[in-house]
Amino acid sequence: MTTTVASPSAHRAMPKRGGPLTGTGTLVRFMLRRDRLRLPVWILAIVVFTMASVVALPDLYPTVEDRQARAALMENPGTRAISGPGYGLDDYTFGAMLSHEFLSWVVIFVALMSLLAMVRHTRNEEETGRAELVRSRQVGRLATTTAALVVVVGANLILGLLMALGLGSLGLDSVGWGSSFLFGAATASVGVVFAGVGAVTAQVNESARGASGLAGAVFALAYLLRAAGDMTQVGGGLLSWLSPVGWAQQTRAYVDDRWWPLLLSVGLTLVLAALGYWLSTRRDVGAGMVEARLGPANASRTLSGPFGLAWRLHRSSAMWWSFSVFLFALGYGTLATEVERFVSELSVLQDAIAEIGGTIIDAWLSVIVLIFAVVAAVFAVLAALRARSEENNGRAEPVLSTAVSKPTWLGSHLAVALIGSAALMFLTGIGLGISASQALGDGDMLWRVLGASLAHVPAIWLVAAIAVALFGLAPRATVLVWVVIAYVGVVGWLGALLRFPDWAINLSPLGHTPLLPAEDMVWTPLVVLTVAATGLILAGLAGFRRRDLQSTA
Amino acid sequence: MTDVIHTHDLEKSYGTVMALDGLDLCVTRGEVHGLLGPNGAGKTTTLRILLGLLRADGGTVEMLGGDPWADAVELHRRLAYVPGDVELWPNLTGGEAIDLLGRLRGGLNQTRRDELVDRFDLDPTKKGRTYSKGNRQKVAIVAALASDAELLLLDEPTAGLDPLMEVVFQEVILQMRAEGRTVFLSSHILAQVEKLADRISIIRQGKVVQSGTLTEMRHLTRTTIDAHTATPVTGLENLNGIHDLDASDGRVRFAVDGEHLDAVVKHLGQFGLQALTSHPPTLEELMLRHYGDEVASRGEG
Repeated sequence: MTTTVASPSAHRAMPKRGGPLTGTGTLVRFMLRRDRLRLPVWILAIVVFTMASVVALPDLYPTVEDRQARAALMENPGTRAISGPGYGLDDYTFGAMLSHEFLSWVVIFVALMSLLAMVRHTRNEEETGRAELVRSRQVGRLATTTAALVVVVGANLILGLLMALGLGSLGLDSVGWGSSFLFGAATASVGVVFAGVGAVTAQVNESARGASGLAGAVFALAYLLRAAGDMTQVGGGLLSWLSPVGWAQQTRAYVDDRWWPLLLSVGLTLVLAALGYWLSTRRDVGAGMVEARLGPANASRTLSGPFGLAWRLHRSSAMWWSFSVFLFALGYGTLATEVERFVSELSVLQDAIAEIGGTIIDAWLSVIVLIFAVVAAVFAVLAALRARSEENNGRAEPVLSTAVSKPTWLGSHLAVALIGSAALMFLTGIGLGISASQALGDGDMLWRVLGASLAHVPAIWLVAAIAVALFGLAPRATVLVWVVIAYVGVVGWLGALLRFPDWAINLSPLGHTPLLPAEDMVWTPLVVLTVAATGLILAGLAGFRRRDLQSTA
Repeated sequence: MTDVIHTHDLEKSYGTVMALDGLDLCVTRGEVHGLLGPNGAGKTTTLRILLGLLRADGGTVEMLGGDPWADAVELHRRLAYVPGDVELWPNLTGGEAIDLLGRLRGGLNQTRRDELVDRFDLDPTKKGRTYSKGNRQKVAIVAALASDAELLLLDEPTAGLDPLMEVVFQEVILQMRAEGRTVFLSSHILAQVEKLADRISIIRQGKVVQSGTLTEMRHLTRTTIDAHTATPVTGLENLNGIHDLDASDGRVRFAVDGEHLDAVVKHLGQFGLQALTSHPPTLEELMLRHYGDEVASRGEG
């Protein structure tokens, strides 16, 4: 890091009286330097993934009838809850589909990018103590927050611009340039609002984790308000208008092209930024608005062995994952009857389903289970990679200098990854099974869906095993496991629809699991997957035992 | 007397950087041994090899009669460690971390734990992320000292402590020694090692350049003498081992090599001593002599 925070010229005879914004420009360049890889990756990933999904639309819905069948699905409040308020349904063009159904999930990633970046540059810097170093120089009181806002808002504007250029250049029927710019702006607006939310929560909470969590909770609330509002009536209800996500959707790009709802987003951002500034002047550096709570002076009985520690470290995230997965699984199951009707009107999906085999419902359930399997694999990798961050941050060292062996320590995190991901698939099976069997009036469905979910466990374990093998054998390359996750995700979600070649699907661990309940059960791949996972885990444990412990200190 | 730690020709490199370059070290049972050296000399690397966290590239190392790399878990039951940079889990309280680390080692002495928490004035109910550097260090120190370990490995244990707490730390270490435990601590703070250590090894660029008791080392170095006499001192320049002689009316100042001290003091006695001050070499001076060439070459650069 060779950034100079204050230029020598600032020290001339009379020290210049710095305003509250002194140093903002330097800080902006400093933040851009630190994020020179991270932000572009986020932005490109979001834009490219959106474009790739849009390109697939003409293949999925080649005829007007196909598209109208899709539109008819929006009469169900449950479907509107996970897509949009319902507009442009009379003439459901690709453009209408894009803005009505895609915006709702694109903004999840945009909001995440924004609030994480915002907290990273503000509260995280304070928590690690680096902010003190910066604030002791000629840096104004409001400079950090301002610089972070400039960077994050700028990132969102670039994202919106690239999104508009990307979508417009596809030359798709009904996806015009003007509307694409509105879609880009609507996407960016959510990111901008949540930059403001991050600016406020970073002031409130003493820890970066807590600040991100609080901002994430605000997003969840905004998302739920919109979902609830959109469920009440087609076109969105009052509650939809209480949410920044709702405002973005109410621009109705490619249908009505309304710019004015974005004024609400701009207004809210200004209010949030002002609130953030105000709070930041009313507290000390490093302090929060909420006092950190005290805890027990002695460790409870469960916090004793290495497994007790691992469980304690993963506990709250495991609980949240379980809760969300179960809730979503339950929600998806209720759509079972709708799906049957929808798919029967859709030629392309019928082809895809014919390829998988079985009834429409079975095929649909098997795809949903596969999506949840990818989610569980993400959890497994996150849990396994905790070992890496513990090692890097110097928290592995005190544990490994006690009577805990390296394999046991790594095994404790691995156990959470393996048991946790299996539990997530169990909850998927139960949640999806209960609601689907209720909706279809078929009690047997519960057991079939549960079986289908659990069949994915060996493949998920293989993904976790890859993470452990990398950790043990090539620790610096551990992050590459995310490439595996990305591949598994793309193949899992789009493979069947886009008709990927067999070899491409076989390259994904999840590609080997029989797609129950549609396909027949075959045990061989599951045994092979389990053996492969065991082999990789043993290799990872042996590699870790043989290598030096790495820590930054 | 048996050796608790014994290394011979120990080598460790990170890429092209040679961290340890033939380190010979010997720590005897029951002593407080200080490993003294500037930043980057290889102190932490030595400790991490002793803990089996790093594997030596060459040479031999034996600790408590075992191989630190192969017998890590067995040996760790018998030792306690305080890292140089203490990192705690943000969501665990200090008290929880102390108990956890103690249990992972195989149990801790509850009475002593509570007593140490009290003596170090540590609030065990605060979360890890809210502790200052000094308080994180206290957590690690209490966790290590509350154990019944026979060997304590401490990497710059007082770097973040205030002077008051440093005194408490010194008292506890001396108490540990009285109980017959072996303490091996690294430091670049000379005064601290001076107060605690029975024996010292000076490490520089991955090698132990000198090892022994402070007295033995002082023997190898110069004592500064400041004397007032009734009659002017003569003939000093003819004696061996005199340096930097500065004589004025009835007063002489000079440095004398340890082994010639006796002869010089006898010589001074002939001139009617009125006042005599002698300054034993401080560890700073010891270090300066060992790093003097480095300092000099840096000065030229």
